[in-house]
Amino acid sequence: MNRQTSNVLAARGIGKTVKSGDRDLVILRDIGLEVMPGEAVAIVGASGSGKSTLLALLAGLDTPSTGSVELDGASLFELDEDARAELRGRAVGFVFQTFQLLPSLTALENVMLPLELAGRDDAEAAAREILARVGLAERTHHYPKHLSGGEQQRVALARAFAVRPKLLLADEPTGSLDAEAGDAVIALLFQMNREAGTTLVLVTHDEHLAQRCTRIVRLAAGRIVA
Amino acid sequence: MRQALRMLARDWRAGEVRVLAAALVVAVASITSVAFFADRVSRALVRDAHQLLGADLVLVSDHRWKREMADEIARRGLQRAEAVNFISMARAGESSLLAGVKAVSQNYPLRGRLRIAPAPNAPDAPAQQGPARGTVWLEERLVTALGLPMGASLRLGTAEFKVAAILTLEPERGTNFFNIAPRLVMHQDDVPATGLVQTGSRVWFYLYAAGEPAAVAAFDAWARARLERGQRVDNLESGRPEVRASIDRAQRFLGLTALLAAILAGVAIALGTRRYVERHLDGCAVMRCFGATQRQLLSLYAAEFLLLGLAACALGCAIGYAAQNAIGAALGTMLRAALPPASPLPALQGILVGVVLLLGFALPPLVQLKNVPAVRVIRREAGAPSTSALAVYAAGIAALGGLLVWQAGDVKLGLTVIGGFGAAVLVFAAVAWAALRLVSAAPVARRLGARSLALRYGLANLRRHAKGNAVQVASLALGLTAVLLLTFTRNDLVDAWRRSAPPDAPNRFLLGVQPEQAAEVSRFFAARGIAAPELSPMVRGRLIAVNGKPVTEADFGEERAKRLVEREFNLSYAERPPAHNQIVAGSWFAPGARELSVEEGIAGTLGWKLGDELEFAVGGQRLGARVTSLRKLRWDSMKINFFVIAPSALLADFPASFVSAFRAEDGQEAALNELIKRFPNLTLVDVGAAVKQAQGVIDQLINAVQFVFLFALGAGLLVLYSALVATEDERRREAAVMRVYGASRGQVTGSQRAEFLAMGLVAGVLATLGAALIGQLLARRVFELDLPPSPGLWIAGPIAGVALLSLNAWLSARKVLSASPALTLRDSV
Repeated sequence: MNRQTSNVLAARGIGKTVKSGDRDLVILRDIGLEVMPGEAVAIVGASGSGKSTLLALLAGLDTPSTGSVELDGASLFELDEDARAELRGRAVGFVFQTFQLLPSLTALENVMLPLELAGRDDAEAAAREILARVGLAERTHHYPKHLSGGEQQRVALARAFAVRPKLLLADEPTGSLDAEAGDAVIALLFQMNREAGTTLVLVTHDEHLAQRCTRIVRLAAGRIVA
Repeated sequence: MRQALRMLARDWRAGEVRVLAAALVVAVASITSVAFFADRVSRALVRDAHQLLGADLVLVSDHRWKREMADEIARRGLQRAEAVNFISMARAGESSLLAGVKAVSQNYPLRGRLRIAPAPNAPDAPAQQGPARGTVWLEERLVTALGLPMGASLRLGTAEFKVAAILTLEPERGTNFFNIAPRLVMHQDDVPATGLVQTGSRVWFYLYAAGEPAAVAAFDAWARARLERGQRVDNLESGRPEVRASIDRAQRFLGLTALLAAILAGVAIALGTRRYVERHLDGCAVMRCFGATQRQLLSLYAAEFLLLGLAACALGCAIGYAAQNAIGAALGTMLRAALPPASPLPALQGILVGVVLLLGFALPPLVQLKNVPAVRVIRREAGAPSTSALAVYAAGIAALGGLLVWQAGDVKLGLTVIGGFGAAVLVFAAVAWAALRLVSAAPVARRLGARSLALRYGLANLRRHAKGNAVQVASLALGLTAVLLLTFTRNDLVDAWRRSAPPDAPNRFLLGVQPEQAAEVSRFFAARGIAAPELSPMVRGRLIAVNGKPVTEADFGEERAKRLVEREFNLSYAERPPAHNQIVAGSWFAPGARELSVEEGIAGTLGWKLGDELEFAVGGQRLGARVTSLRKLRWDSMKINFFVIAPSALLADFPASFVSAFRAEDGQEAALNELIKRFPNLTLVDVGAAVKQAQGVIDQLINAVQFVFLFALGAGLLVLYSALVATEDERRREAAVMRVYGASRGQVTGSQRAEFLAMGLVAGVLATLGAALIGQLLARRVFELDLPPSPGLWIAGPIAGVALLSLNAWLSARKVLSASPALTLRDSV
């Protein structure tokens, strides 16, 4: 078995340049990264170092100016946007700094959403089960605005793991939480990651959090420095 | 579809689509109720207008109808009534007066009712059937003139009758003003006993038919083909031009109102969907993250909206039906008749309009929703929907335009309104943008801003949100324009319309005044405090040639044209066009020219054009002159109108008599009787009853239209509401940020108030200008009325704008201040 099929995620020569006024602004240049199944990779760097942009490119949420990304054996940018979305739906889970729960849906419905999109008939049962798993069995019918930040992020974790993704991408998952809630969420994240055997790529500027990962990739001014 | 249903249920529960659904329900309800109601009213109008003929069809002959004609009416399953009209002296003791006798069959009239009172000045009521044999019903004037108490005896020819009732209203009154002497109604079977109808007597024989429209039309055609000389058929079209004019105008009013309601609903739906889309951008991005394809998203949202649309349309139709039923019931008493039942077509029309509104105005923004990039979950600023609303809504506007033209049934009206609306939106947005920037940069604003932080922020916001605010101000101005149009301008239009047949319209025609009597007659009026009538000269002449070619009846196919040619024309002369006439082609003749001014309608009927040479036989001489102007007449003005007017130099030497239309008030009957005694050669025609009837019809129409206006008003208010809530979320966020950074409550509310005040002022002024302009255009182009601008509008419009936005600022400030800034910000991250 060659490396290409054994990795979950591989980025090669990724660059991202955007127009800023009449100048080109380089956000990322020549990024190479390979993530193996079961790994937990932290991407760390100062604000503006290009972490979130890299995460968006790895998930196929944005397109790079140069380079390619392979996700679960598929070359992301040879696919069109809809095919990328399908791939995400199948293989990728997300956790965001700002939770991104839909305000008009209850906790249960938020977790059901990706399952319903995947056409699962057991969406509700599965969602209930995983909400119980994150300790929110009693709060299934609460709307996001009635949940604390930590609880919202736990709903987001439940939603991310609901579809049993191969790869979980997390963007500053504790960025909006206080230390205590942040710690609880991280403990849960790693626990679920371990139990599900999911590969984790998380973006953070929190060294403490990064240290819990199996590998740390450091970004500075759009380049990998370590 | 299941997922769409689930999403709809969730969105509904979260209140995301309620405003949208309400917009759609109100839209469909107003459209269907307008359509249902218009359908019923227009059918009722046609039916009720027939009451003015006393039937659907009236056949008139100067000799007895052949039996076959009367039998044919019955054979075709139509109702039939008969009447014989003639003039005779009615005598009671020493007194006698010329009466217009109408001898009717018991079932006369077939449409409408005769109204009678048991005594002079007593309240009247509809009569269930015509007078019994041996009795007569008299007009009050005849009773007064002859000094007859109820039950007294009256002699007509060789027969005696008992006076049984006062006749207060007769459907046909006024069909032919010039034959009307005070009315006396009797039973047809009593005619032979009077001995008045002899060979050579001047008698008119009437046959009336009524029934199903198709059967009536078929009989109309059958009868026309068999008419002899001296016979004619009157239907609504040929019989009563003034009634026709009122009905046409009412239908335009109704059509216009439906147009307004539909367009306003479209705007409300567009605004509602825009808000929905803005609130669902994040959700879409998340769904894209979780693998939803564009196609999946689009079909999901389209299905959700379709379900919402169908449910709202169904509910709207039900409400529309209930509403029109209630209106119909309320108006039924005013119409003095039940409205015919509604046909199902308006429901289909409502659903179709609802679906088109939804597809046209909600689908385009929804399509934008599918294009939201998934990266928005990480970079929030990515993927805001395009604001080039016009391009997005072009298809919707076009589809709606088509529907509206269809609904209005009048291409000119539909296009005028849609074009006006489109232009208004563009102009409103552009002017609002410029005005808001101007207001924020004005030296006064800067000086005020230097003193108050709140004011500085408020004014700066005007500039910062220039584009968004301009859209909001334009929407507000649009809604407010509609509201102003439907309140102030509507009242102006309705008043102007009423003025077209004002309560002081003439109710008497005076005929046969000889030139030497004119001055004396005027003095008679002045001495009795009755406004001296304006006397118009009338010369009778027969048309003999057009452009040198002799004219005969046979030259014309149309019945009305044959009739016009057959009889003598009433020619008049004047130096200036009558005040209530309007020159629509050519120009008024110079004094002394051999030129004529003719009425537009008769010119059309007889094929006369500007430049044609008409030749009349007047008093044994030939009189030729060229047509140099066409006039438009107001038939419902009840004034004396002439088809042909010549310069006085051309006609003044011919034998003429003078005619006049004037108004006599109640209590002046005695003076008028005295006038007739003093000038026995004069003929005084009481058109009061006819005026009353026409006025009644117009009042009904106005009532119907006003009810329908309420729905459009509701749609206008909905637009206002949608425009106001459109930016609520954004303002709440901004206020929360201000509070987080230490702004006091006063500063937060103050800055919003300053911003809203300026926007309200601009929206109010724009709406006022819009309403005034559209009102003028409607009045002149569509309703052909002269509409003076209403001073109230200029004050109320801007005040309404400012008041509305101030109220909104107050409500919005309450919401902002009652919510914790942290929560507001967390929800909006």
